Amino acid sequence: MTNLIPEDLKYTESHEWVREDSEGVVFIGITDHAQEALGDLVFLELAEVGTRVKAGESCGTLESVKAASDLYSPVSGEVLEKNQAAIDEPASINSAPYDTWLLRVRLDQPGLEGLLSAASYADHAASD
Amino acid sequence: MATVPSDADLQTTPFYDCHLAAGARMVNFAGWNMPVNYGSQIEEHHTVRRDAGMFDVSHMCALDLTGPDAQTFLRHLLANDAARLTAPGKALYSCMLNENGGVIDDLIIYRFADDDFRIVVNAGTAEGDIAWMRSQIARRMANVSLVPRRDLAMLAVQGPTAVERACRALPALAKLQAANALPGTFFAVREGDWFYARTGYTGEDGLELTLPASEAAACWKALLDAGVRPCGLGARDTLRLEAGMNLYGQDMDTTTSPLDAGLAWTVWLKDEARDFVGKDALVAHAAPKAFLGLILEAPGVLRAHMKVRTAQGGEGLTTSGSFSPTLEKSIGFARLPAGTQAGEAVEVEIRGKWASARTVKLPFVRNGKALV
Repeated sequence: MTNLIPEDLKYTESHEWVREDSEGVVFIGITDHAQEALGDLVFLELAEVGTRVKAGESCGTLESVKAASDLYSPVSGEVLEKNQAAIDEPASINSAPYDTWLLRVRLDQPGLEGLLSAASYADHAASD
Repeated sequence: MATVPSDADLQTTPFYDCHLAAGARMVNFAGWNMPVNYGSQIEEHHTVRRDAGMFDVSHMCALDLTGPDAQTFLRHLLANDAARLTAPGKALYSCMLNENGGVIDDLIIYRFADDDFRIVVNAGTAEGDIAWMRSQIARRMANVSLVPRRDLAMLAVQGPTAVERACRALPALAKLQAANALPGTFFAVREGDWFYARTGYTGEDGLELTLPASEAAACWKALLDAGVRPCGLGARDTLRLEAGMNLYGQDMDTTTSPLDAGLAWTVWLKDEARDFVGKDALVAHAAPKAFLGLILEAPGVLRAHMKVRTAQGGEGLTTSGSFSPTLEKSIGFARLPAGTQAGEAVEVEIRGKWASARTVKLPFVRNGKALV
């Protein structure tokens, strides 16, 4: 695995990334490893703005040409925004997975404990 | 619990190293380690519709059936009629049925003479097919020899420029073309262990090449140099779906009648004197189901095994589904109540919600053009 895994993000074992936006607010996306495994993405169904998402639970469905798979929320909180540009152009996830956020979420509790560092995620992805 | 075989347990084809060199993502397909894509599956799909792509299909199995009873035996074994093949090299698509009229496999036969046929069967069913054929040979006491040709590699070269590019890559093929001896559509020619068939599974013009395994890598390289792009099983599936071609194990299996899978056109009943395995069951099969294409009109993607309901309250099931790169919409096949017509509004259950779709006649796409 030679793909660069950004150092400044946190990760889940289910291949989502989390980027801190402002105090207590994060962006969620999927990793390069995830987009490669899914193949060409063609349709996204994401949790609605205002709904509550829980860490480890589904907060959307990503459909590639091959199959449908769940997007699991890395955090618990309230959906502030979903990325309409990504919904309109799901292939942007394939071409730029770390620049294409899917949901913007306000955390119930500040802090991103329990998520993986880039180094831990790299080990996990390599063994997946 | 079934154990997932590790890569080491998987069979590989003579093109395995070519796939790795081309950056393939490999998957287990029916016990074979096969390329699903080499990057973008959608780009591979478009390449075949607009230019030329090549697919390793060596996991499928070629069989040689020869002997004085070869034609008579095939007329008994298959639902389509081998006697319809009169010209040398002509190909025929057929189902091979069990006594209940269920589909054991779908296959292609090529006739060179009435005592000399080539058969190509699916990968996952090959072993069972061979056992079934041998049992039928024994039961009929047919004077034939059935020889699986696992020593051969198979490569499908498909797309509007496939023949032109393949002629550039393969001098022997160019020679056939120069002599006006290139096979016509749904025909094949054989030269030693090389076999050039004008068949395919994409809805485009092209060739299916069979060749000695030892020559596979050189053939691949020559085609690459002639501008033919490697394409994986992912694109193969969306291409065949757009082309309205059934996939064995998904659209039909041993529990499905070909009459319920849109394959009535392959069941040849015109010669009433001909008996074949499964015929009685087919003749007794009343009111076959409608087998139609679906275009999803709501957002989402159709997949196999989704529930469908018609405006009349009838229920059916999707058998295949994906995203059509050509139409940029989700499409699928569905088995629906008898009498359901093309052009009806239906609903499909996607993750607990009913989404609107409409039925269409197959295929969706042929020779690069949308038909729906």
